Amino acid sequence: MSPILLAEQLLNGIQLGVMLFVMAAGLTLVFGVMGLINLAHGSLFMVGAFAAAAVAGATGSFLLALVAALAAAAAAGALIEVLVIRRLYARDHLDQVLATFALILIFSEGTRWIFGSFPLYLNIPDYLSGPVTLPGGIQYPLYRLTLIGIGLAIAAGLFALISKTRLGIQIRAGENDREMIAALGVDISKLYTIVFALGAALAGLAGALVGAIQSVQVGMGEPVLILAFVVIVIGGIGSIKGALIAALLVGLTDTLGGVLLPQVFRFFMDGATASSAGSALASMLIYILMAVVLIWKPTGLFGARA
Amino acid sequence: MTEPVLQTRGLWCAFGALQASKDITLDLRAGEIHALIGPNGAGKSTLIKQIAGSLRPDAGQVLLAGEDVTALSTAARARRGLGRTFQISELAMDDTVLQNALLGALGAQGRPFRFWQSALGRDDLRSKAELALARVGLADKARMRTSELSHGQRRQLEVAVALTLHPKAFVMDEPMAGLGTTGSKTMTSFLDGLRAQAPILLVEHDMDAVFALADRISVLVYGEIIATGSVAEIRSDKAVRAAYLGEEA
Amino acid sequence: MMSERVLNGVVMAGLILFPLWAWMADAPFMITLATKAAILALAGVGLNLALGIGGLVSLGHAAFFGIGGYAMGILASHAQAYDPIFTQPFVFEGTKSMPLIWLTAMIASGLAALAIGALSLRTSGVYFIMITLAFGQMHYFFSISWPAYGGEDGLSIYVRNSFPGLNTLDPIQFYAVVLGLLAIVLYCNARLAKSPFGLALGAARQSPLRVETVGISPYRLQLVAFTLSGMITGLAGALFADLNRFVSPVMFSWQTSGEIMVFIIIGGVARLFGPVVGAILFIVLEHVLGGLSDYWHIYLGALLLLIVLFARGGVIGTLTGREAAHD
Repeated sequence: MSPILLAEQLLNGIQLGVMLFVMAAGLTLVFGVMGLINLAHGSLFMVGAFAAAAVAGATGSFLLALVAALAAAAAAGALIEVLVIRRLYARDHLDQVLATFALILIFSEGTRWIFGSFPLYLNIPDYLSGPVTLPGGIQYPLYRLTLIGIGLAIAAGLFALISKTRLGIQIRAGENDREMIAALGVDISKLYTIVFALGAALAGLAGALVGAIQSVQVGMGEPVLILAFVVIVIGGIGSIKGALIAALLVGLTDTLGGVLLPQVFRFFMDGATASSAGSALASMLIYILMAVVLIWKPTGLFGARA
Repeated sequence: MTEPVLQTRGLWCAFGALQASKDITLDLRAGEIHALIGPNGAGKSTLIKQIAGSLRPDAGQVLLAGEDVTALSTAARARRGLGRTFQISELAMDDTVLQNALLGALGAQGRPFRFWQSALGRDDLRSKAELALARVGLADKARMRTSELSHGQRRQLEVAVALTLHPKAFVMDEPMAGLGTTGSKTMTSFLDGLRAQAPILLVEHDMDAVFALADRISVLVYGEIIATGSVAEIRSDKAVRAAYLGEEA
Repeated sequence: MMSERVLNGVVMAGLILFPLWAWMADAPFMITLATKAAILALAGVGLNLALGIGGLVSLGHAAFFGIGGYAMGILASHAQAYDPIFTQPFVFEGTKSMPLIWLTAMIASGLAALAIGALSLRTSGVYFIMITLAFGQMHYFFSISWPAYGGEDGLSIYVRNSFPGLNTLDPIQFYAVVLGLLAIVLYCNARLAKSPFGLALGAARQSPLRVETVGISPYRLQLVAFTLSGMITGLAGALFADLNRFVSPVMFSWQTSGEIMVFIIIGGVARLFGPVVGAILFIVLEHVLGGLSDYWHIYLGALLLLIVLFARGGVIGTLTGREAAHD
C-alpha cells in the first residue's frame, strides 16, 4: 500500500476516534458523576442527527443544523433526566439497563413514526466539501479534517471545563464524594441535569457531524454506542483522558485493521479467501483489543482501582 | 515453644504516600486471644485485609500454621483454616439465617459444585449449620430472613458462619460493635470459651471486652506496632500511654 | 394474592391447553405463536440462571442464541448439500437430526460462554454489562462479514430437522418437542436453584466477600453459571432457527440480547417462571399491539419503563406479593 493511502487511512482512523471520544466522554461523565449506565445515549446521537437533517432541509444552513442538533439533544437529555433517569440513580444497574433500553425503544419507534423508515440525508455544506491538499501531497476531504478539528477542540474544551471551571470542580467533587458536595450546598439535582444534558448535547453534535457522512436513520446510534462502550472499557470508566486515548486507539485499530488485514492475509492465502478472512477478522479486531486490555488491566488503561 | 498458628513477618503496605503498615510482625499462639488495638486510622483494617488475603502487602509474609500463604487468595486461606468475621456484616441478606450458616458448612466441606441435590436436604451440612447457630444463640432464628436480624444478631451470625468452618485461627474485626451492654457481655463470655477451640486475633474498640479477654495485646499506631504484652504490661507501658491514651499520659 | 406455585401451575397448564385448543380449532398459526413463546422463554430461562440467581447482568446473550442458531444452520445446510463441514483431521458431516444439532449447539455456545465469561467476569458491575454487550456485537459483525454462511443475508434451510418418531413438520408435534425441552430445563433449574451450587451462587450475588471467606471462589461459581446459562440460551437459538428454518445475523444483534432480558423483567427476576410469563406476554403484546400499530415498540417501551419504575417484581411479583421466594 502506498504511503499516501496509508496516511489517508490514518486520518480516517483519527476522525472515527475523535467522534467516538465525543460519544464516550458524555457516557463516562454521566457514569463517573451519577453512577448511571445509559444505553439511550445512542438515541441522543440519533436525535441530534435527525434534528440537524430536518433543520438543514428546512433552512439550508449547516450551522443552524448543528445548533439544532445540540439544542434538540440537550433538551431531550434534560427531559428524560427529569422524567426518568433521576429515578434510576439509586437503583441497581439492571434497572438502569432496562429503563434506558425502554427509552431506546420509545426514541427509535417515535423517530420512525415522525420521520418514516427511509433514511434522511444531511449534505456537507459547500464551504466544507471537496478535498484539501495536505503536506506530502495527501488529498483529504476537508469535511473529515474539520471533524478531527472539532473533536480535538471539544476534547480541549472538556479538559478545560473539568480542570478550570466551577462546574468542573463540582463534577470532580461529585465523582469523589456525593454527600460532601450536597453538604457544601451544591444543588445536586441541578448539577445532575446539567451534566446529563451536556453529555446528551455532545452525543447530538456527534450524531449531526457523522450524519453528514453517513445516512441519517433509525438505529444509527446503537452501533456507535457499543463502540463507545468498548472505548470506555479500554480507557477506564470515568476517565476523560482514558476515553480520548482509547477512542483514538479504537478508531485507528478499526480503520487500519479493515484495510491492512486483508493485505497481510494475501501473503499466505489466495486473493478472495484473504479478503474475506481478513475482513472477518478485522471486524473482530477492536473486541480482541478490548479482551487483551481486560486480561492485562481489568479496570482499563486509566481506570481507578476497582 | 510451639509454632504460632498465625504469624505475620515484616508486613509493609502503602497507599500512595501513606504507609498503612510498617514492618508489622505479630503472632497468634494456640489457645490465646490476641487483641489488636489502636486509634482510628492506625491501620488495623489494612492489616486484617492483608492477613485475610483481600489486600497484598508490598513486602513481608503471612504464615498460617507455618505455611506461607502470602500469595494465596482469600478463598484459599479460608480453606486452609482462617475464619474471619467482618466489622460491617458480610452476609447474604436475602437468604435465611440457616442458609448463611449452611454456606459456611458448604465451604468447609469444599464441594460447592453440586447441582442436583437440595442444599437444605443435606443432613450433614445442615446439622453442622444448626449446631453453629445454636452455639451463638440463633437456633430459634434459623428460618428468619437475614435482613430482618438486628445488628447484634448479624454479628452473632457472622461468628456462627466462621464456626462452621472449624478454622485453625479466628480473625475477628470488632465483633462487639453495636451489641449494647448485655450483648457485649454475652459475646465476651462466648469468645472466652472459644479460645480453647482456636485462637482469636481480635480487633476491638470495646476496651472492657479487650481487657477482660485478651491474653496479649498489641498496640498499633500510625501503621506501627509500638508495644505487645499482657494486659498489665500494656496498661503500664509508657509509649502506649503517650501514644494511645494521648492526653492522659 | 396467589401463591407462586399455583401461578406456575396455571402457566404450565396454559402452555399445554392453549396449543391443544389451537390444534383442535385447526389454527396452526396460534400453535406457531405458542412455539415461539416457548422457545423465547427457554432463552430467557437460560439468561435467568446467570441474571436472576447469579446477578450477572449480561447484555450479550444474543451471542449464544445466535451460535445455537448457526449451529443448526451450518449442520443442516451441509447435510442438505451432502457436503461435510470439514474433512481434516476427521470427517465432520452435517446432520438433520435435532438431538445431534442440540448437542452441538449447546457445546458450541457453552464454549463461547466459557471464553466470554472467563474474560468478562474479571470485572463486575457496569464493566460487565458493557463488555458482554461488546462481545455480543463482535459476533454480530463477524456473522455479517463471514461470507461462507450467507453473511448479512443469512441462511435458509428447506425442511425442518427431524426428531426420531415424530413428524416435526406438524406444528403441534414440533411444539411438543419444544415444550418438553422447556419443561426439562425448568425442572433442572428448579433443582439447581435449591442446590448447594445455587445457594453459593446466590450468596456470591449478594456478597462475593462472604463466599470467599468461607473458602469458595465466586469467580468459579459465576463462570460455571454463565456457561450453563449460555448453553441453555444456545439450545433455544437452535430451536428458534428450526422454527423459522432460517438463521441470520439478526439473532446476534444487541436488540436480541435486550429482548431476552426484557422477558425476565416483565415476568419477574429470579422467578423460576419469570421468563416464561415474560415471553408469553411479549408474544401476546407483539401480536395484539403489532396488529393495532406498526409502532408497537413505543408501547412496549412505555410498559417496560412502567414495570421497571413502579412494579419491580414483574408480573409474578405483582400477582404473588413483592418478595421473591426464599425458603
